[in-house]
Amino acid sequence: MFEPVLLRNMDVPDGHLLSSYEARGGYQALAKALREHTPDEIIDLVKQSNLRGRGGAGFPTGLKWSFVPKRADKPKYLCCNADEGEPGTFKDRIIMERDPHQLIEGMVISAYAIGAKTAYVYIRGEYVLAIHRLKQAIAEAHAKGYLGTRILGSDFNFVVHIHCGAGAYICGEETAMLDSLEGKRAQPRLKPPFPAVAGLYASPTVINNVETLVCVPHIVARGPDWFRSIGPDKSPGPKLYCLSGHVRNPGLYELPMGISLRELVEDRAGGPPPGRRIKAVIPGGVSAPLIPERGLDVGMDFDSLAAVGSMLGSAGVIVIDDSTCMVKVATRIIEFFHHESCGKCTPCREGLNWVVKVLRRVEAGQGAPDDLEQLEALCKGIFGNTFCALGDGAAMGLRAALAHFEHEFVAHIEKGRCSFH
Amino acid sequence: MNMREKIEAAAARYPDRRSAIMPALLIAQKEHGHLPGPVLEEVSDILGVERVWVYELATFYTLFHTEPVGLFHLQLCDNLSCLLRRSEDLLRHLETVLGIEKGGTTPDGLFTLSTVECLGACEMAPVMQVGDDYHGDLDIARIDALLDRLRAAAGQTTGAELAAAGPPGE
Repeated sequence: MFEPVLLRNMDVPDGHLLSSYEARGGYQALAKALREHTPDEIIDLVKQSNLRGRGGAGFPTGLKWSFVPKRADKPKYLCCNADEGEPGTFKDRIIMERDPHQLIEGMVISAYAIGAKTAYVYIRGEYVLAIHRLKQAIAEAHAKGYLGTRILGSDFNFVVHIHCGAGAYICGEETAMLDSLEGKRAQPRLKPPFPAVAGLYASPTVINNVETLVCVPHIVARGPDWFRSIGPDKSPGPKLYCLSGHVRNPGLYELPMGISLRELVEDRAGGPPPGRRIKAVIPGGVSAPLIPERGLDVGMDFDSLAAVGSMLGSAGVIVIDDSTCMVKVATRIIEFFHHESCGKCTPCREGLNWVVKVLRRVEAGQGAPDDLEQLEALCKGIFGNTFCALGDGAAMGLRAALAHFEHEFVAHIEKGRCSFH
Repeated sequence: MNMREKIEAAAARYPDRRSAIMPALLIAQKEHGHLPGPVLEEVSDILGVERVWVYELATFYTLFHTEPVGLFHLQLCDNLSCLLRRSEDLLRHLETVLGIEKGGTTPDGLFTLSTVECLGACEMAPVMQVGDDYHGDLDIARIDALLDRLRAAAGQTTGAELAAAGPPGE
């Protein structure tokens, strides 16, 4: 029986308060880390755990940390990516609202490991309650000596600041986030240099997602073998899945990495509404290519989903039933990417503009016979040619919709109308 | 604290004052309701940063408003998870009962209606943000009840008082 750890405080009354967190063993992993381990040992524990970044890319967290130079003239920074803009994703918001100390504990241990004395939590500005709860938690943690100078009697000093975003999906891209933190328009940077070497203020910087950071105290407390015993060895650990769309029980679920998508959607989330059938599922936020119903027997982990041409992404699982027009779904997804394109590179900025125009006319029943070829030509011009993954995500999403539901696009063009409305 | 003091407190969190432009704009917008040119120039003067740096942020990020918005900014999510749960019907209803199109503001200045990208609350789709609050699991009856509550709140207090109350975090 799988025991939830990341969400264990979710339903505790006043679970966001320090007293409640401490009563359930909170900050004991931090005490253990500072008392029993050197920073390098913490990095080793995280490496041994095979923890991979939960923001979407799945990069090994311990390896990322080990890229930070041991000796540096400049201060090192930890940035927590709490921008959570990937449509279909709401896990980080719920953690910050209901269990903010878990995030703080994860940040203090992580900062100790990489030698950072300052962290910025970049939270999207819409998350007013999460911002409020985290602010309150930071103040509580300072007062009890979990943050500030000489933490728990050690010689480690560390402070956390909140930086509110102001509505830009691109800030979830880690280098765009750094530019935004530096007071610039959020646009991705050319890499290298990678942030671990020259990130925020050109200083060594580690950027980790909220869910990644909250895994860290559990790895310290229970050991890397425990973490690796959950889910596939190359992609292990407890995982948060955000279920939304056409399911009876939308919500946040903690289950092992690698659980089958079908079990997640049909059993855990209760399947589609009465009388409907599942048509397709987007497994990892709208950047992740959709999977038609017949493909749902796939493991929800980085490697299994990559093997079927999709991705785990942020694990924002959006379920689409048979009452839905896939041309409309594709159009809305591309409109989103077009709106959020930062404008830095031409293939994304101009390409998505053309894709939206073509999709809108197809959806309206005014498509031209060669519009599907036009769409593929545009995808080809965007994919692999953009500065960051935003354009790739848009092209991959559209290609998946075209590959699996081409007949719906063709029907729109040939009949001059939508069969669903 | 007045606006200048709040902005100085924000600037103290960063090694570079340019980083404080975003928090300063959020503070200034809370104070003034929106960010017209003179306010942007005031922010630039307080921080001692280039005006163009302030202008470029105010026009890049969607939460900054250089034009006035209504007392209640109705921000209805129309991204995929909300669309699948019929946010389009709610948009049409709001446009009808408010007598405005999306992007518009009612003549009494009470409501501005916008659609926004994913609010990160898809478990309660369809969802709408009004000011600092999220309202989820919406249907037409709940939208109507919410509009009634907002109108009543506006009747009991002035816009300045509501704005001064600020978000729970400050």
